[in-house]
Amino acid sequence: MKFGLLVSEGPYTHQASDSAYQFAVAALARGHEIQRVFFYHDGVNNATRLTEPPQDDRHVVNRWSALAADHRVDLVVCVAAALRRGIKDEVLAPGFRISGLGQLVDSGIKADRLVTFGD
Amino acid sequence: MNEVQALASSGPKVKRFMFVNRKAPYGTIYALESLEVVLITATFDQDVSLVFIDDGVYELVKGQQTKAIGIKNFSPSYRALEGYDVEKLYVDQASLAERGLSEKDLLVPVEVLDAQQMGQLMAQQDVILSF
Repeated sequence: MKFGLLVSEGPYTHQASDSAYQFAVAALARGHEIQRVFFYHDGVNNATRLTEPPQDDRHVVNRWSALAADHRVDLVVCVAAALRRGIKDEVLAPGFRISGLGQLVDSGIKADRLVTFGD
Repeated sequence: MNEVQALASSGPKVKRFMFVNRKAPYGTIYALESLEVVLITATFDQDVSLVFIDDGVYELVKGQQTKAIGIKNFSPSYRALEGYDVEKLYVDQASLAERGLSEKDLLVPVEVLDAQQMGQLMAQQDVILSF
């Protein structure tokens, strides 16, 4: 099955990004496709390479980057939501790209299921 | 065959997108950013509907005054939805009643549904985005 994911909360404050990541890993392991992960609302804060969690904690941002590198998962950050929150190209972690909300709608159209991770 | 089915069978796939609005308009950004997705989705020629439930019904209340909180009043945008062919707005009956509101307090024409009708409508959707 082809999944689109929507992450709508920021890292560490909320489980949304962790749950989406675990879902993506499990889906890929079972041979499903992750068509795209779209980051919206405070979810755009998952995309900054300035993130530096304590060493004994998971690195939410780097984990997404690694997933993108290993499985060519498309990580898209909403431009309007990102600019509001100070997320720009110069702070993007590897594997993320900034684009428009049309990419979320496109996921809704092309994916078999669009799964939301947020409140 | 209605317009949506005709489009679906003749060419690009039309999906039913439903946007469920559950939050009051200014305490969090969800209402505003939901509206932004709705407007973009409308440009993709999809079948779009909006639902207002829980505190989301406050998004549609007439006479919003936001000057004192320093946030832009975006409620006039709901009136503009018609211009984007977004005309299916549904409001949860119980959510209105619990807040002492009625249809005449709202700034756009809506269809008021009970929980069972709302559930049936949701079951017909392809994509549901909840804000």
